Amino acid sequence: MKSKTIRRWSFIHTWTSLVCTVFLLLLALTGLPLIFHHEIEHLLGDAPQLREMPADTPHLNLAQLVQAAERHRPGDVVQYFGFDDDEPNAVLTIMAKTAGTEPNASHTFMLDARTGEALETPQANGGLMLFILRLHVDMFAGLPGKLLLAFMGVLFVLAIISGTVLYLPFMRRLQFGTVRHDKSTRLRWLDLHNLIGVVTLTWALVVGVTGVISACADLLIAAWRNDALTALVAPYRDAPPLTQLAPATRLLDIAAEVAPGMNPDFIAFPGTRFSSEHHYSVFMKGGTHLTSHLLTPVLIDASTLQVTAVAERPWYMDAMGMSQPLHFGDYGGMPMKILWATLDVLTIIVLGSGVYLWLVRRKAARPVPPIREAGA
Amino acid sequence: MRPRQSNFWKVFSTPLVLALLSAAGLFAALLGDGVWDALSWIGLGIPAILALRGLLQRR
Repeated sequence: MKSKTIRRWSFIHTWTSLVCTVFLLLLALTGLPLIFHHEIEHLLGDAPQLREMPADTPHLNLAQLVQAAERHRPGDVVQYFGFDDDEPNAVLTIMAKTAGTEPNASHTFMLDARTGEALETPQANGGLMLFILRLHVDMFAGLPGKLLLAFMGVLFVLAIISGTVLYLPFMRRLQFGTVRHDKSTRLRWLDLHNLIGVVTLTWALVVGVTGVISACADLLIAAWRNDALTALVAPYRDAPPLTQLAPATRLLDIAAEVAPGMNPDFIAFPGTRFSSEHHYSVFMKGGTHLTSHLLTPVLIDASTLQVTAVAERPWYMDAMGMSQPLHFGDYGGMPMKILWATLDVLTIIVLGSGVYLWLVRRKAARPVPPIREAGA
Repeated sequence: MRPRQSNFWKVFSTPLVLALLSAAGLFAALLGDGVWDALSWIGLGIPAILALRGLLQRR
């Protein structure tokens, strides 16, 4: 590699990293507790405990659950019902003043599917974990915050790529894994920066890219509404707004008939951003481990309960679905969470050592051979 | 070009193996539980251990 080429890559690496470092540190630090949010919520005593009942206790139907929800929060309407494989007797319920209310103003709680009893989930509506989550997702700045973080994620990916290119000239004369302890602190950290950076490369790239995709979720959902939904609900454009919804009782059976082999993930009620004004959307997930992250919406007319369409799944919605586990690290049990946290801390060390190396190089502001130029 | 070429592989062969190993680890747990999870722990664990070893090693 020519020294001019090295200087160019070094410039890219220095500036993409420096610009995104503060944000990446914020993301890595807030991401750490989020990996264990489930366990932390349990420790804080915030996780709802379902009542002990015989295993075969029958479930209420969905219309009864809607009524139970409305009794719990009079004046609010149900936006979403969510289903969790780990807690088959619970229905996650999201309500708000109107169906179209923005997500951060909604109220989340849990319904016992057997009794209709409401259990509050305080951590989903406020408190420490939600505070950390909002810092991580949008820094309390809404869509502009998300897009800024997405841009920082792109810079992070560029920093990783340029760093990998620079790995070659740095390591040409060194064995893999060499950490020089006996020369200087700077050299020790340079070697560690290179070593930790290169072994965490794939993980950091995957978490970075999936984070960027998740940060663009609002735009992807809007695109999906435009692409897929608009055409499907075109016949309803001039239909008057619904005053009465057909009962939700059989929604899951209706969806199961047109999406065999799939399982319900959540139901979006009419007027929410995952549905149309005139439809219940039942989002069905695939029946295998891999396809369980891919969602197929079944649009059900909210007055006749006829299936309007099983919507297409555009590739970007699949990308969004697959991004979630790959970003959260919640798909391989506790050992995976611990590895996720370890790799996260290692990334913090790479970020920190990068800043350190840049500062040291700037202090030693004297003419330097090109190879040291790349040290930042 | 010959020496350059061998330089490239000398430097990048181990990182490439580790990159593929982590990628396989990330993918494995998407396919199933049990054995697949264990594969993912190996795939992600080896790079993590190598990094920690470098970090904690004294002379």
